[in-house]
Amino acid sequence: MIEFADVSKRFAPETWAVRHVSLEIAAGEFVAVLGESGSGKTTLVKMVNRLVDADEGTLLVAGQDVRASDAVQLRRTIGYVIQQVGLLPHLTIADNIAMVPTLLGWTERAKAARVVELLALIGLPDLGARFPDQLSGGQRQRIGLARALAARPRLMLLDEPFGALDPITRVALQGELRKIHDELALTTVMVTHDLVEALTLADRIAVMYRGELRQVGTAAELVAQPADDYVAKLMGMAKHQAAQLAGVTA
Amino acid sequence: MNELVRGLPPLLAAHTELVLIALIAACALSLPLAIAVAGRPRLALPVVAIAGVIQTIPGLALLALMVAIIAGTGGLGVHLSPFGFPPAVIALTLYAILPILRNAITGLRGVDPAVVEAARGLGMTQGQLLRFVQLPLAAPVIAAGVRTATVWTVGAATLATPVGQICLGNYIFTGLQTRNWGMLLAGVIAAAGLAIVLDLVLGAIEHALAQRERPWAAGGVLVALVVLVLAVLPRLGAADSSAPVVAAHRATAKITHLRIGAKTFTEQYILVEVIRQRLATAGIAADVAQSLGSTVVFDALEGGQIDAYVEYSGTLWVNEMKRTSGTPRWRVLVEVEAWLARRGIRSLGSLGFENAYALALPRTTAERLHAKQLGDLAAHAPELALGGDYEWFGRGEWASVRAAYDLHFGRTATFDPSLLYDAVARGEVDVIAAFSSDGRIAANDLVTLADPLAALPPYDAMILLGARVADDPVVACALAPLAGTISVELMRQANLMVDRADDKATPAAAAAWLLRAAHVPDGC
Repeated sequence: MIEFADVSKRFAPETWAVRHVSLEIAAGEFVAVLGESGSGKTTLVKMVNRLVDADEGTLLVAGQDVRASDAVQLRRTIGYVIQQVGLLPHLTIADNIAMVPTLLGWTERAKAARVVELLALIGLPDLGARFPDQLSGGQRQRIGLARALAARPRLMLLDEPFGALDPITRVALQGELRKIHDELALTTVMVTHDLVEALTLADRIAVMYRGELRQVGTAAELVAQPADDYVAKLMGMAKHQAAQLAGVTA
Repeated sequence: MNELVRGLPPLLAAHTELVLIALIAACALSLPLAIAVAGRPRLALPVVAIAGVIQTIPGLALLALMVAIIAGTGGLGVHLSPFGFPPAVIALTLYAILPILRNAITGLRGVDPAVVEAARGLGMTQGQLLRFVQLPLAAPVIAAGVRTATVWTVGAATLATPVGQICLGNYIFTGLQTRNWGMLLAGVIAAAGLAIVLDLVLGAIEHALAQRERPWAAGGVLVALVVLVLAVLPRLGAADSSAPVVAAHRATAKITHLRIGAKTFTEQYILVEVIRQRLATAGIAADVAQSLGSTVVFDALEGGQIDAYVEYSGTLWVNEMKRTSGTPRWRVLVEVEAWLARRGIRSLGSLGFENAYALALPRTTAERLHAKQLGDLAAHAPELALGGDYEWFGRGEWASVRAAYDLHFGRTATFDPSLLYDAVARGEVDVIAAFSSDGRIAANDLVTLADPLAALPPYDAMILLGARVADDPVVACALAPLAGTISVELMRQANLMVDRADDKATPAAAAAWLLRAAHVPDGC
């Protein structure tokens, strides 16, 4: 579905945001891009819907070179969710959810039906007429998810989608996201700095460090065979936290 | 009082029209500019700085500058008139740009970057981003800028009077110059009321925008208001023929209608009434463009925007012909008339009096200093303060008087002409550059000093006719008999009737009195 081939991005001459990254993501896969802030994980994902353009290398989405496709049309086929959600505060929830269908010129009837469907999917059936500032953080992030799904994309990009939520809401939403991913047979790429989130939610984890992709693999692979010291340290941290938690909760 | 109220609607309508057109033009310029530069700090900074510089130019100066620019560039290349509406609306538009531009940039920059990123991620084009996200979210801040601009523009538009644009400034200027406080207040209150009403309506629109309700209701109120002001008010005023409105249409062959100009002081308001009443007797209607700037009025006559006004020979001699002092009175008059004739302007000859600059001081001071002529002041000048109007200290007459009599005053002070006589009466200054036909010279017991070296040029008052009416027999036989009939004593009395604090007459009443007292022969 997505194929990075030796992709690089520099914002200043000697500052590499992303350096020689090669990564393939298969259709239906759920991949977490894990890294600390400044590791290049967000830049990497923004290249997929061309909010950022790569300087070097090629990037294929569904077999097409993204540089050859129209950025605006491309974005309308890819779901995109960010931590701040970015709902349009002057529009109702229903209008927010229907934004991409509006841009695509759907009929009012088709849009209304889709909004009802999505509100049911995310478990907020009665909120269509409200405005974003009348919603809780968790509700807003659910709406952000519904909005991204509106035009039935096959590919979802999520940038720290649950970073600002309280733990209970976060865990609930993580579960729902995975469920939606499986039910709709999506391809999902999620940026996160949360180790536990990456390990528990994703099929595979791509570890980014200082612009470089250090290792890609399942949670078990990363724990068993870390490719370098950084990944080893990271996985050691996971085990350490699990032990600490076990001690506290025992 | 009734007359004031009846005269108000056309002024209010013209004022509102001027303000609204300037605001719409300012929005049309500022919003695209703001959109273009909001995301580019390197461009935005100089653009806002330029708008800021325009804002610091005093309103009156900006208006005068527009007249000069339009006249100097042949009407900006499209034959715009340098008189009245074009310079006024351009100056006010420039004036209104800054608050709208600044708020629009602030508003667009204030849009939450997360919302913009999400919207781009959804697949909005730049245009859709602007239409669906940035403009709606910046709208309350932009509306606040428009409100600020509206209040400023309503105020600044009162300064459009001296460039020949009818507006509420006509009441304010005339009221100030003739010390008609009722008229002044009427103008001020109407302007304040207009500012408040427009601000309330725009406030309602802004509120609707902020509440994310459809602002149509408030917009409807605005439209209704505009229709009321522009369509209904002028008709109310039209019932009153004395309302000072400049007709927009150009009269054809037969002269039935004249536009007369007046400068910004009492004598001009009276003489314009004298002309109007004489023309009315001859069956010619006349509109009056009041309180025009002294160079604007001559340009307007030459350009055909007005047909007649009263000028003073020395003003043309010094300002337009760039001549100096020392020429006898009769010769100045003859040369000025010949110079005018070459420009297609006819002079109907001296009205019979001069309104010259003359240095005047209280009789008691004059007697103490033994001052009878200008030369007697030379020894005392360093201990004396001289007051003059806005123009005096920059004019050639002052330079030549100072040189001829070696006068070096200890202090100088500038006053509005209407306040000059009070200033010397209260002792704020010792000597003033007075106007020789002003009734307040005698009323305040001032004496004028003789000018044996003829450093001050003569200022014969004369009616000038523009090219359109210069050869019209009916106009000529209505106005020509005025020549030589108004003595300086009569003019002083008429001026005093309007200027004095008690038992004030209107300029129209003073003009009627003057016409009776001067025994003007019937021409037609």
